[in-house]
Amino acid sequence: MKITKFRRVLTVVSTLTIAGFSFSAQAEDEIKVGLLATLEGPFTVLGQDAIRGAELALMEWKGMAGGKKIVFVKGSSNAQPDSAVNATRKLVEQDKVDLMIGPLSGSEGVAVKNYSRTQPQITFINGSSGGQETTLVDPSPNFFRFNLDGAQVMAPLGSYAYDKGFKRTMIIAEDYSFPYSQVQGFMSGFCKAGGKVPKKAWVPVGNKDFSSVIASIPEDVDSILVVLAGADAVNFMRQYEQAGGDKPFIAGSVMVDQTVLSYKGKRRDALIGTLSSGWTADKLDTPEWNKFVAEYRKSFDDAFPAPSFFAFAYYSNVKAMLEALDQVNGDLSDGQAKFRNALQNLQLQTPVGLITLDENRHAVGPAFITEIIKNDEGDLVSEVVQTVPKIDQKLNLSAAEFDAMGIGSRESPSCP
Amino acid sequence: MDIFSQIRNSSQWVFYLFGLIALLAYPSFANNFFVFQIGALSLILGMIALSLTLLAGYGGMVSLSQMSIAGLAGYFLALFGESNAVQSLQLAPIIAVPAAIILATLVASFFGLLSVRTEGVYTIMITLAVGVATFYFVQQNYVIFNGFQGLSGILPPTVFGTNFKDPVPFYYVSLMCAVLAYVFVVSLIRSPFGVALQGIRDNPRRMKALGYNIFLHRIVTHSIAGALAATGGVLLAWFNGFVSPGIVGVDAMINILIIAVIGGLNHPIGGFVGAVIFILLQNFAIDLVGSDRFRLLVGCVFFLIVIFSPNGLIGVGSKILNWAKKRPKASEDKMGMEVIKVDDV
Repeated sequence: MKITKFRRVLTVVSTLTIAGFSFSAQAEDEIKVGLLATLEGPFTVLGQDAIRGAELALMEWKGMAGGKKIVFVKGSSNAQPDSAVNATRKLVEQDKVDLMIGPLSGSEGVAVKNYSRTQPQITFINGSSGGQETTLVDPSPNFFRFNLDGAQVMAPLGSYAYDKGFKRTMIIAEDYSFPYSQVQGFMSGFCKAGGKVPKKAWVPVGNKDFSSVIASIPEDVDSILVVLAGADAVNFMRQYEQAGGDKPFIAGSVMVDQTVLSYKGKRRDALIGTLSSGWTADKLDTPEWNKFVAEYRKSFDDAFPAPSFFAFAYYSNVKAMLEALDQVNGDLSDGQAKFRNALQNLQLQTPVGLITLDENRHAVGPAFITEIIKNDEGDLVSEVVQTVPKIDQKLNLSAAEFDAMGIGSRESPSCP
Repeated sequence: MDIFSQIRNSSQWVFYLFGLIALLAYPSFANNFFVFQIGALSLILGMIALSLTLLAGYGGMVSLSQMSIAGLAGYFLALFGESNAVQSLQLAPIIAVPAAIILATLVASFFGLLSVRTEGVYTIMITLAVGVATFYFVQQNYVIFNGFQGLSGILPPTVFGTNFKDPVPFYYVSLMCAVLAYVFVVSLIRSPFGVALQGIRDNPRRMKALGYNIFLHRIVTHSIAGALAATGGVLLAWFNGFVSPGIVGVDAMINILIIAVIGGLNHPIGGFVGAVIFILLQNFAIDLVGSDRFRLLVGCVFFLIVIFSPNGLIGVGSKILNWAKKRPKASEDKMGMEVIKVDDV
């Protein structure tokens, strides 16, 4: 009996041993890239589109970069920072990837950036996360980001809206970091131009009842900046319509998404003329963008009518990685120093324009001020009214001006 | 009779000895990933599941709020101890850790007070309610809990030049806590208190007639389970380096129930077995079936375990052993696990 027990224990121990040693055999001419996106939880659909974006870039390179075969090893998180770090840790420490792409959402980005400090031999390239503090506060030397954050894309809108005649606006936005950044982007220009924001209402994500917020809208504001996404945006618009509200909206980047613009309420036509600002627009009519959309639609049977922001961001970041690998002929020796240098100096031509990196390895690139119009088919779409080719992470302000404001939060910036 | 004389008096010591040696030797043959993310995390989640096993398996009280207690302990640690939080008191770990565990235990006692007068599905409902309330509270309170962002920069202490954030030292700290918690629970359920608890589980009215204060007994059990969950919560906060509302979200609460159930609720080891399976699946299912449908595999495995063995994986283990021994019925399996009937769960 005792011998059988001993054997059992031995079996268990040896199984664990085998499992403990990772698959260390790896072909010389292959580069393993960890690809992390939200393939579970509330952002699953967005995560799947992100994967499409990454695969699209690799298809463009025919699976090879710098003379080596690129292999994606996928990882999944559920949009929570702990889950993102666990998935990244598995890809880095167990699957032994050479490079990392990801994560998708803001707080995940901050957590993965912090983890990247403990793995200095690996280069981390962002997926689509847009938290400001990822690269502004305590940036990690091996974390690179080729997409703009939430504040950058909104930065040109403030002064434009002021020139269009909006002087006092109230803010209604979801209560987490991405809307804080969007509001900061808007207010940085709006307050500077002389605009006033007497009141801000932060609502929880998934809020159903906006009646108290609507009741608190001051009489003397001439517009409302709404930074709500998906169902929250539609709920708000319906309730505002029922309450008889008539103030024009200024919209956050995620408001002028087709998920919101397909809204069918009576106030639909009131959305025409709504100003917004973002990383692209439905009617961005440049050859590069049209080619990107056509490739995207051709390559995937189950794709969206147009690539989402997440597909675009993952596409840009993977493209940056592939171009840099080409430049250094796949040379990842010497702590990936050459590769990182190539990334840092990359002039990345994305479908929306040129993106370069600043000294914190964060993207400097274009943003588009848009206006909602009704097209010939009667659909609401966003059209570009002004292109701003270069916005940096300090919102084109001087360092002193930006530092006085700090990172966007519930309180900052403020101009009541 | 304490656990040690139990062990001495039986042949179980062989199993315990080999188990302990294997666990102690584990870091020498596993890589850092397996030591930290599989090993240490299994021990931590196993401890939190152990607190549920104590409540559900031995007290007949299925509580969903054990993860809330663990999460709150992490929050309290961030608030008392050293972290990036502006609200933090920045006390030394030697004060902050006990303070966090004691405060979380008080919260657990309060949750217990709310739920002990209910039975069965109503206990589940009320603990679900307090758990969800905890989640929304920490998500929307900015003054103390910093809302959506949570609190970050929670690091384990460095003692005598050993950084306990490193995988191997962290694994041994987790192992020590888990073994102590396990031994404690095994002795507790054989003590008069534990036997009375099982009596209350099986027939509360009779126990009341015998003179036991069953509500007090249950509240104390909640406090004890709370202290175990809080210890796990402190380790979990160190493991992650931060606490955020997602850690006490409904998904996380249900995960603990899944871990305890697939492991088996009728022996304290069940929580740990369930945690190992759960974490292995969470990490490797994506490699087995690709990125599109891996959650399906996870679900199927849990489903099959519950369908084929109502007593979880340890139930499967004892079934196989009994079959191998060609003994149709056994009150004790070879691994020395007492098979206790759990009718109320």
